[in-house]
Parts: sequence; C-alpha cells; structure tokens
Amino acid sequence: MSPVTIPVGPQHPALKEPESFDITLEGERILGVTMRLGYNHRGIEKACEARSWVQDLFLLERICGICSHAHSTAFCMAVEDIASLQVPPRAQFIRTLVGELERIHSHLLWLGVAGHEIGLDTLMMYAWRDRETVMDLLALLTGNRVNYGINLIGGVRRDVSAEQLEQVLRSIDFLEQRVRYYVEVARTESTLHQRLAGVGPLSMDDARRLGAIGPTGRASMVDRDTRRDDPYLAYGEVQFKVITDWHCDVYGRTLVRLGELLESFSIIRQLAARLPAGPLKVKAPRKVPAGQAVARYEAPRGEDLHFVRSNGTERPERVKVRAPTLANLASVAKMLENHRLADVPIVIAAIDPCFSCTDRAVRLARSAGCERLSWAELRQHGIDWYRREAGLDLAALDRRLAAHPPPGGPP
Amino acid sequence: MPDAAATKAWLEERFGAQAAAPRARRVFAEVPAGSLRAVLEVAREELGFDALCAITGLDEGESLAAIYHLACAHGTVLSLKTRVPRASPSLPTVTDLFPGAADYERELDDLLGFHIEGLPPGRRYPLPEDFPRDQKPLRKDWSAR
Repeated sequence: MSPVTIPVGPQHPALKEPESFDITLEGERILGVTMRLGYNHRGIEKACEARSWVQDLFLLERICGICSHAHSTAFCMAVEDIASLQVPPRAQFIRTLVGELERIHSHLLWLGVAGHEIGLDTLMMYAWRDRETVMDLLALLTGNRVNYGINLIGGVRRDVSAEQLEQVLRSIDFLEQRVRYYVEVARTESTLHQRLAGVGPLSMDDARRLGAIGPTGRASMVDRDTRRDDPYLAYGEVQFKVITDWHCDVYGRTLVRLGELLESFSIIRQLAARLPAGPLKVKAPRKVPAGQAVARYEAPRGEDLHFVRSNGTERPERVKVRAPTLANLASVAKMLENHRLADVPIVIAAIDPCFSCTDRAVRLARSAGCERLSWAELRQHGIDWYRREAGLDLAALDRRLAAHPPPGGPP
Repeated sequence: MPDAAATKAWLEERFGAQAAAPRARRVFAEVPAGSLRAVLEVAREELGFDALCAITGLDEGESLAAIYHLACAHGTVLSLKTRVPRASPSLPTVTDLFPGAADYERELDDLLGFHIEGLPPGRRYPLPEDFPRDQKPLRKDWSAR
C-alpha cells in the first residue's frame, strides 16, 4: 500500500486552534508529520515597537487567554531589570499568587481537554466544573477571569485583603480534595491507563535533544523548572518539589500535571501564611533607560522567555517573545512517528498547545445603567445587532427555509 | 556548573569575546559570525548550555543581529549575539546542534530577512505562504501602512 498524506487542520474538529498538520500514513501508521504554524500571528512584537511601555504591558497580556499573567509578568520582570526597579515584596507575593492560581486553572482546563480527546467526557465535565472555583478566585482577586491586568511595571495594581485570602484558602482546600480524587482515578482507573499509557512516547534523550520544556519535558525525566533553577518573584522563598515522571508518554504528562497542581496548592498556602506587609508598587519611569534583559517565567506549559531592549525612549526598541508551545512542537512530530492516526488528537493535546479559550456566558450585574438579559433576549439582541450593524437579515434565511423545506423535514 | 561570572570569564579567556554579566544568572556576549557555531558547540560540551531557548533577531541599521539564548540546568542564561552586514545577512544553521531550532531560524528569515545556510527545507514560519517574500516586517524601515 502506497503512503497517503492527510491534511489535519488548520480548521479541524479535533483541534481547537488553527494549526495545520500534514500526516503521511501507511494504513493507520504515521510515517511522518509536517506542520504549518503561524495562523495566529498577529504581529504583536512589531506592534510593541510602536507603543509605550505601559500599552505594551496590556498588549502582551493578550498574547494568550490562558497564560496571560505569564506574559505580562515576564515583560514586567525584563523591564524592571533594565530600569533597576526594586519591586516591593508584597507585590512579588501577589504576582506569584496569581501565577499559581493561573497554573491551577490551566492544568484543570488541560485535564478536561485530555478527557474530551479520549472520549472520557465525564472527566471533562468534572474538571471544568472544579476549574470554575479557581476562575472565581481569579475574578475575586483581580476583577477578571482571564487577562487579569494585575501587573504594573514596578508592582501590582490591587492589594489582597485578609478576607480574600481566607476565601482563597477555603477554595484551595476544596480543589486539593478534588485533585487527590483525580490522582486516585489516574492511578486506578484502567480505561484511563489503557488509553494513555504508551501513547505519544518521547524518550528522555529525544526530549533533551528537541528542547522539550515544561510538563512535556518533565514527563520525560527532564528535571528542569524555571521556578527552581532561575528563581524569580517569590519562588526563592517557598518550598516546592519539581514533579518529574518516568513514563515518557501521555500518561506521564497527566501524572506530572496532577502532581504540579498539588504543589501549587502548597505554594499558595505558604504565600498566604507569609504575605509581607508593605507597598504595592514603586514608580516606574516613563522613559526606560537604555539596556537589555532576558526574563524567564515558568508558564503552565513550560518556560516563557521574553527579551526586551530599550533605547532610552518611551517605546521599546525590541520585544521578543518565545512562548512554550513553539519549543514543544518539535517534539510532537517525534511523538507521532510510527504511531496511529487515531492518537493524533490526544498526542497534540498532551503538550497542551495554547487554546484561546476565553468564551463564557454573559452575565450582567444588576446595577445602575445595566440590564440583565435572559438567554432568549441575549439571542434576539445578537440578531438585531447584526441586522443593524452588518445588514445581515437572518429572518430571510428562516423564510427561505420555510418556503423550501429540506427533503425529509427539519433535521 | 558555571555561574554568570565564570561563564563571562570563560568566554573572554577562551574566545576573546566581549562579555557582560549585568546580574546573577545572566550573561551577554558578542562573537563574530564565523565562530558562532564553534562557541555554541563548546558552550554546550564544556559548560552544559544544552538548551537553545530562543533566537532573537534585531535590526541595528547597518547590520542585522541575532541573539542565541542558551540555558543550562542551573539557571544561567547565556545570550550570544552575532552581527552580519545588512547587505548580505547570512548565518550558518544550528539545527544540527539544536534540532529544535528550525522554527526559530525560519522566523529570522521570514521576519528579518536573514539567509540561513544549511536550514533544511520546510514551510515558512510564521507568515502566510502568500505574504510577499521581499517584505520583512520586523525591519525598522518596514511599516504596515
């Protein structure tokens, strides 16, 4: 049988973000994979050169809807390094706290996606229900579920009150109990083990050679974690273990992320117990002195690197961002070689490629100037808006369908 | 494993490179394009800089520059800069030393117009296939308008 090449993506039901994979197959066996990336390229690095330092902070936070805090913190750390700003300890702790809550939300999101990709949608429903707990905490502390906007160059925008910390600790207790249950499921549930063990293998040598980072690397025994190796924010002041695993497959990547969740709960308790008093920010200059800096941040998917150069003006000379997914994609081709077509979705999902997953239901708080809409009213509002703004008459489509019903009646 | 000061001293002694260690765990150095591969290889073998985190491309007017950010297990990041003339911005590939570097090198080509000698064929990254090849958006004289 001669090899066949099947295009998967850029729009495909199994992948939630635009990436294109050309998969060459012999029967069910994958001979090779070529990727086409860049569909989400928005020219953010170029745009940064035309905006002020503060505008860039908010632009860079929008690189990703999941690990937004990773990008804004990495940028802040680089700029603060160039400008020699001493960020107050309380601000460092608050940044770390939000960073760990973000890791919890991201890992729980991944657990749900992984469950969905292997047909275990019950796991997705459970994991995403529990994830709402941490989304509520992020909204409580920062005002936003995603794109928290907590960082300023030189510190943070908002303080954390004692009542908020109590709520964080209560929710963390609940989440820890849930994650211990998922660890139990992962260790004892045979369907999960059978579906994930041996799928998407990546040996330690390959992981090192191809530069795999984050949980993808650590599940292949690459013992690297920027939080420990290159401590930043408050990570030098808390105790935690770097979780590695010897399975070197999707099962190992699941165990690593679950283990990291438990470590995050421990880090948050330590931060809450030792949150120092003091100011939240130092004043940042409008013009950042000439210089350059490299900042690294352990995002939920692995190391996020920002290089920033200033020429002493109100705008940066160059901002370079290397997000973790790019570093891990070289490993995906290796993981898929000689494996089955049916494993493609879970193997790609197992590196946790960054999905822009910010959709949620709209709820308007009842206050002056706001009205509360039911789903039906919201739907009608949408139809009316598009008719008004874009000249799109959806009612015409209904009339046409009524005049010419499809054969066999409505679906 | 080397800290920033030891890495700086090693680069100055071994390669006569200009190096600076502005803070703990950060080293910046500049090497000629001709010795880039040798420095990368020796830094990996002798000092343990076994991970290429990223390559930053820069437009510096008369010349284009690339900064290779290398990391080791103990947190030190070595940023090795090399400059090439704007008229002939040619650099050797490092994909044989760091196989994960292919996309980083394609990005240097796509966004700044570097010519990477020996880069294996592949689809371009990150710009679309139909984006004009002679347009290099990260060059300072390029504007979207």
